Amino acid sequence: MSKKNWPLWEVFVRSKNGLEHRHFGSLHAPDADMALKNARDVYTRRSEGVSIWVVESKNIKASNPDDNGEMFEPAADKAYRHPTFYELPDDIEHM
Amino acid sequence: MKNQGKKNVRDEQMKSLEEIFEAKIARDEKIEPKDWMPEKYRKTHIRQISQHAHSEIVGMLPEGNWITRAPSLRRKVALLAKVQDEAGHGLYLYSACETLGISREELYDQLHSGKAKYSSIFNYPTLTWADIGAIGWLVDGAAIINQVPLCSTSFGPYARAMVRVCKEESFHQRQGYEIMMTLCNGTQEQKDMAQDALDRWWWPALMMLGPTDDESTHTEQSMKWKLKRKTNDELRQQFIDQTVPQADILGLKVPDEDLKYNNETGHYDFGEIDWEEFWQVVKGHGMCNKERISARKNAWDNGEWVRDAAVAYADKQAEKDVKEAV
Repeated sequence: MSKKNWPLWEVFVRSKNGLEHRHFGSLHAPDADMALKNARDVYTRRSEGVSIWVVESKNIKASNPDDNGEMFEPAADKAYRHPTFYELPDDIEHM
Repeated sequence: MKNQGKKNVRDEQMKSLEEIFEAKIARDEKIEPKDWMPEKYRKTHIRQISQHAHSEIVGMLPEGNWITRAPSLRRKVALLAKVQDEAGHGLYLYSACETLGISREELYDQLHSGKAKYSSIFNYPTLTWADIGAIGWLVDGAAIINQVPLCSTSFGPYARAMVRVCKEESFHQRQGYEIMMTLCNGTQEQKDMAQDALDRWWWPALMMLGPTDDESTHTEQSMKWKLKRKTNDELRQQFIDQTVPQADILGLKVPDEDLKYNNETGHYDFGEIDWEEFWQVVKGHGMCNKERISARKNAWDNGEWVRDAAVAYADKQAEKDVKEAV
């Protein structure tokens, strides 16, 4: 690593078992172990979590909002992927 | 001529991008870091979020002054937790600010060089234990009034940070009020101490909500971007209206001869604020401006070897991992 400035880490916290890890924020730390310890102090001072993930921010590949059209619009005209697309008689049950 | 044509096309594109952007904000949609935004929006947000972060960090200093002298263990753990929260709030906000493309080092540098501002209230000294009560009650009280509307501000990372900050802030105000309450139920000397703290912190707390609307240069644009949802004067009136009855419960007198409930408006009328004092403090001539910045600088400079050691350790561990893998 050998740089003067500590790299940026993204912090994900599982609030309780049964729930997914959710993005809580970010912080700077020299390595993963310190990132984990800092995340404990910065993001879970009031028992907000039971598990923490940290990942160095540079390892995340994010989609570009400028490409949102080609990325996400193809799903917009596919109403047949939703149950409400299909017409059924009103009195049918358990479906 | 050709260049002029190109420029016009560029200006046209820019204009339509700005229109899309403004419409998004008008629809209450959030702006996220990688979305297109006008340069002015980015700059204004860097300025405001960093000022906010710096205020949290510098805000630790006046209270830290009393940690070793807290009158009981109960007060001491509460004050330690509060000061630790302020550090946490500073860190949330620095992170939010960095998503706009400025580095942590630049932000620190702006604070240490005096280029960036922080809330002028922290340039007042904490002379007695009652000041810790008054700060929690009044300064955190004013901060909450300022911050609650920011939970729905247009820039996503700022709004999310503010939700966390506001959740944590209410204990700060309550612990401060409890300190005041205890003093006011104590000896005459203790009650006098509480009154003296209120006398010194009342006006600076009112100033904390910012210059009057007609003097505030950023309000109009900030309202449009929903970076601000209420004007300084509205926030100040709200603060006064809710704080005066709290002072009455303590049996303390708010140091304003013109303070009077107005039956017609349903609000308190209040006296003239000494804005000359406010601008003097903002310009760096407050009682503790130099002390605060030098404390910050010392903490940063004296901590350099710790940061370097942490990096050296991380490097060594990484090398070891590579060797073991081979």
